[in-house]
Amino acid sequence: MSTPTTSFGREAAAALSRSKNEPAWLIAWREEAGELAAKLELPKPEKMPLTRWTLDQYGTDRPSKTVSSAADLPAAIAELLPEDTQGALIVQHNSSVVFTRLSEELKAKGVVLTSLEEAARAHEKLVREHLMTAYKKDEHKLAAVHAALWNGGVFLYVPRNVDIEFPVQALLFADDADATFMPHVLIVADTNSRVSFVEQAAAELNAGEGRTLLHNAAVEIFAKSGAHVRYAAVHHMDAGVVDVSYRRAVLDNDARVEWIVGDLHNGNTLTDTNSVLQGNGSASDSKIICVGTGSQRISLTTRAQHIGKSSESDMVTRAVMKDEATSIINGITKIEHGSTKANGQQTEKVLMLSPKARGDANPILLIDEDDVKAGHAASVGQVNADQVHYLMSRGISRKEAERLIIHGFLDPVVSEIPLAGLREQLHRILERKLG
Amino acid sequence: MSTEFEIRGLKATIEGKEILKGIDLKIQGGEIHAIMGPNGTGKSTLASALMGHPKYEVTDGEVTLNGEDVLEMEVDERARAGLFLAMQYPSEITGVTNADFLRSAINARRGEGNEISLIKFIRLMEGKMKELEMDPEFMHRYLNEGFSGGEKKRNEILQMMMLEPKLVILDEIDSGLDIDALKIVAAGVNAMRSEERGFLVITHYQRLLNYIKPDFVHVMMQGRIVKSGGPELAERLEAEGYDWVKEELGIVDETVQQA
Repeated sequence: MSTPTTSFGREAAAALSRSKNEPAWLIAWREEAGELAAKLELPKPEKMPLTRWTLDQYGTDRPSKTVSSAADLPAAIAELLPEDTQGALIVQHNSSVVFTRLSEELKAKGVVLTSLEEAARAHEKLVREHLMTAYKKDEHKLAAVHAALWNGGVFLYVPRNVDIEFPVQALLFADDADATFMPHVLIVADTNSRVSFVEQAAAELNAGEGRTLLHNAAVEIFAKSGAHVRYAAVHHMDAGVVDVSYRRAVLDNDARVEWIVGDLHNGNTLTDTNSVLQGNGSASDSKIICVGTGSQRISLTTRAQHIGKSSESDMVTRAVMKDEATSIINGITKIEHGSTKANGQQTEKVLMLSPKARGDANPILLIDEDDVKAGHAASVGQVNADQVHYLMSRGISRKEAERLIIHGFLDPVVSEIPLAGLREQLHRILERKLG
Repeated sequence: MSTEFEIRGLKATIEGKEILKGIDLKIQGGEIHAIMGPNGTGKSTLASALMGHPKYEVTDGEVTLNGEDVLEMEVDERARAGLFLAMQYPSEITGVTNADFLRSAINARRGEGNEISLIKFIRLMEGKMKELEMDPEFMHRYLNEGFSGGEKKRNEILQMMMLEPKLVILDEIDSGLDIDALKIVAAGVNAMRSEERGFLVITHYQRLLNYIKPDFVHVMMQGRIVKSGGPELAERLEAEGYDWVKEELGIVDETVQQA
């Protein structure tokens, strides 16, 4: 059992950074974050008090052995890699990155794929210009802790005009409940580049009952002018893991970012997926599904902040709640003054499968500009009786009819996952969670 | 085996109000029966009650299909026994493709271990869609989602053709169809006529019956079949409307009294 890290602060952050031989700038940066971590309060997500969540067990640095070939990865990790993996791949195991693969062809084009720890040394300028500038370390305690302790991590740089054909894949895996597991994914997509990125966060804590692990993670995407980034994430960790995932994208002129997220984690979940539409003509599209089971507590927020003119956002969240799971689904469309001709749309839908499950959908529109379009739709309900009747009237049993409808409810997101192998895996996870 | 479908003294209520007040009807394989009548006389209720929609409660009567008690069966069992209702307002179901849905329906009938092969299924579906002049992309569209009224009706007929039921009920299949679509749908129905299959065609208008020739025509008013005859009855109704029937029977208000 990890002991709560009550004394964590400036000194502890700097000492850890030094022990890992991090560059001087990062030691100072971590030191500052450590100080903030000791001072700041936890975030206050809408209608979801975090006071009873285990958020103070940071674990210790437990790097894993690096391997030189994907074939040498531990079996538990290899099983999670879809077979059709042709593209670039990076694997984090507990506190460190253990494997990276990037084709010579992409390297020759100037593409960079490394652990973020390595990038802090080798690509200092790019990292310093972007790291935690979208998700700031002084936002709240969890952000500061993440800044002070992030480890392993992914840095992807796609140069100007480069189009990466196959999705880049990151597998973030933990099986040690005592490890610090706080990956940070940083993607810089330069002007007119294109990339699909697929992240899978998985954890199997073999130690059984009572083990807890804090996955305090972050994703930052910087899409420069005209860049297209598609980011797909599937999270499925053991119930003992608390999943905190802050995802931010900053879009320049005419950039486009798509989020496709399967929050299928088995423990408490706090995710916040936010697109900052800084540039004129920028566009973001977020599709998120979630399945809550057992006594899970889930806070899911999607946001779009419109600053650029003629910027567009669309956000869709679909959640299925079983057993005694509780979810608060927030959609926040913010249109700033001056963002003329902006168009922000959002839909949140919750399907309740049990009388003890709870689901709240809160669409929030904050608009400081007149010349805009904005829309929202939200619904919370049970499986539609007429739909069940229709399917049964063709000979399909009630159980199978309900199964088709529930899986169908999630399909508009599942079918968008850009890797066929991962899509299949997602179906298996859904079968398991939905029973 | 030739189909025999029989309704005896069927009464049904919705939210406690009696809508069907005793229906008697016998359909043999190979026959087409039409039920006509103005709005609000209980025609669609009859279709829904036969299929077992949970909104309707059957309070009296018997329904048998080849000697089996239909009213005892769950909705899916009725379908597997051979009952099919082409619905007036089919549900839209996001995320379930037309092909996945129909394959599940066919396999539910065939039972475990006897599932239709994917290739065979796709050939079958493509062939039937061609007969109905449906765009092949409808195979992979979500079930009825974003379909026009006419496309939904064609999709209902497609299901009928794929599932090969014994007793087909068409509830206002002509509503929302232009004349070309109506002809295609009627051709689909006519292609399915056989000694093993009976049809119950519910419609407002004689128009449909120009293309699907009924053997028997029944007029429904006040939740009962008030008049039966041959195809000539439909023609007279088309020419003269329903007033003469009401006069003949002394009916002032033909709708079901919802006291």
